[in-house]
Amino acid sequence: MSKIQATFKALKNNKEKALIPFITAGDPHPDKTVEIMHALVESGADMIELGIPFSDPMADGPVIQRASERALKNNGGISKTIKLAAEFRVTNKTTPLILMGYANPIEAIGIDNFISLIKEVDIDGVITVDYPPEESELFVNKLKENNIDSIFLISPTTEDKRIELIINQATGFLYYVSLKGVTGSANIDINQVTKKVLNIKEFSDLPIAVGFGVRDAKTANEVALISDAVVVGSKIVQEIENSNEDDLIDNVKNLMLELKNSINDGAIIK
Amino acid sequence: MQPYDLPDDFGHFGQFGGTFVAETLIEALDELRDMYAKYKDDPEFLAEFHHDLKHFVGRPSPIYFAERLTKKIGGAKIYLKREDLNHTGAHKVNNTVGQALLAKRMGKPRVIAETGAGQHGVATATIAARLGLECVVYMGAEDIKRQSPNVYRMKLLGAKVVPVESGSKTLKDALNEALRDWVTNVSNTFYIIGTVAGPHPYPMMVRDFNSVVGKECKIQMPELENKQPDVIVACVGGGSNAMGIFYPYIDDKNVQLVGVEAAGDGIETGKHAAPLTSNSPIGVLHGNRTYLMQNDEGQIIDTHSVSAGLDYPGVGPEHSWLKDSGRASYVAIKDKEALESFHNLCLIEGIIPALETSHALAYAEKIAAKMSPDEIILVNLSGRGDKDINTVANISGISL
Repeated sequence: MSKIQATFKALKNNKEKALIPFITAGDPHPDKTVEIMHALVESGADMIELGIPFSDPMADGPVIQRASERALKNNGGISKTIKLAAEFRVTNKTTPLILMGYANPIEAIGIDNFISLIKEVDIDGVITVDYPPEESELFVNKLKENNIDSIFLISPTTEDKRIELIINQATGFLYYVSLKGVTGSANIDINQVTKKVLNIKEFSDLPIAVGFGVRDAKTANEVALISDAVVVGSKIVQEIENSNEDDLIDNVKNLMLELKNSINDGAIIK
Repeated sequence: MQPYDLPDDFGHFGQFGGTFVAETLIEALDELRDMYAKYKDDPEFLAEFHHDLKHFVGRPSPIYFAERLTKKIGGAKIYLKREDLNHTGAHKVNNTVGQALLAKRMGKPRVIAETGAGQHGVATATIAARLGLECVVYMGAEDIKRQSPNVYRMKLLGAKVVPVESGSKTLKDALNEALRDWVTNVSNTFYIIGTVAGPHPYPMMVRDFNSVVGKECKIQMPELENKQPDVIVACVGGGSNAMGIFYPYIDDKNVQLVGVEAAGDGIETGKHAAPLTSNSPIGVLHGNRTYLMQNDEGQIIDTHSVSAGLDYPGVGPEHSWLKDSGRASYVAIKDKEALESFHNLCLIEGIIPALETSHALAYAEKIAAKMSPDEIILVNLSGRGDKDINTVANISGISL
């Protein structure tokens, strides 16, 4: 069983939902990333999604675009991302780590090379935003051979036939994009999200994480009630962007604690 | 021999092309692919398309014998396919008419577009006005500064021009931003991509709409010379004018196809926009796999060209395939050489060509000299240069 699956299982036994924060590796500076990652775990992260900075992040809104730009300006990139993950793993060997990024940096360093590097670092899952199942069979099979989960996005416009196609390749969990748009773009309609999550559950027993539009504790609470995990990205990245160096860790922790409490509330109500 | 039939059903030209987008866009692309398949051979749709090309665009565009230029070079005869005479001044309008008519059939009241130099934006705004569609054009903040007359043209035509402040603030970033808009407004919006790039079915669809250029040449050239040209030369940024004239000739193996990229300050300086000629690695950007200017870590690098329309780090995936298969060859022309040819054509033939097109002209002049007088070079004169007079004046140290 992968660490991701084990984490979901343990949470389920405790009737809890997962909180999965997203940050961009190297934002605001590579020197800060590992410290932020540890702070995320201390304040309630069950897993971490670590973004690989890319010059052309076409599925991301302005907040995460700027995070990529800051990271790249400070010599961030795919190699640095893997190095930072390795540094995090020196003292944390248990929190599942998921890399999220675009196909080009992965192909640029070579798919086989990428997989062997992240295996060595004990990365647990990969989300490649612009690899739909039709274009990623080879990559996904190689990840599977190495026991690394392939996490796929499902969107509000994904029809039943495609959901089946996606779950055939997906492992670990499914990532439901809760709105039509880019990351962090708007508030979500919880009724629509609920309907779609129930729809996906008809096809798959994989845990379902919901993200892209979770901007406050109230939404996190509502999302936790109907899913298995809440992904918070832009809101945390915005906190990093708006904080000065001295307050950064405290601000991120406070935000995380607020989200964590709201998610646990949700589980208890249920 | 098997006739040329790429791409496959998934938009692949060999290892190139494809559909590399986030799941959020898949449904929209599926819908577009299905609707295009439904209408591409539909007699009523085609009749409407060709009616607009004739009466609104002014097609067919003539082929013109550049007699004085030919004499000056002293070699092969140089003919020009006059896409500069189209309404809005370039080949771009062929594609925007086609896609806008498709948008109308699909019941989408809003169209969006990306633009670099502004030509595709103007062509989109034009057809949107003609069909009564809402139009939003994304344009890099840097390009807006460089191309203010075209920005005003789009506004006159009723389009909203949105400055893009992310990344390098140029064409590739405008494309990213248009894709983000499309993801968000998928239900009422049609994205009119301006070149043979993007995810499937765009490279195929944009090629098909522009192939009217090559189809006309196949009829016109024998009328003038009793034979097809020996060489066809076209400039390549994303590569839509080149694909438009190349495509109908792919199975005519006696006709050489040459794409001309922008060498900027010179390939060796790194300041260029020539992914094919500079042997850039294969990568994935804007929904397709193709040759792509990038660093070792897969970050897209800044490009340079005097012509905004060629200033793009990738190239349409079909060009990557044509290069690898050997069916077409690709060369690059420097800023300085293109400018010389720009002035040449103005003075010798009374035609102000676009700076993009001037790259193709410069290469044609180079090879014409080495060819015999009974051979024919056909250059796709893809656009007129009125939009470039400020740029050329600046370089010449003249303030207008």
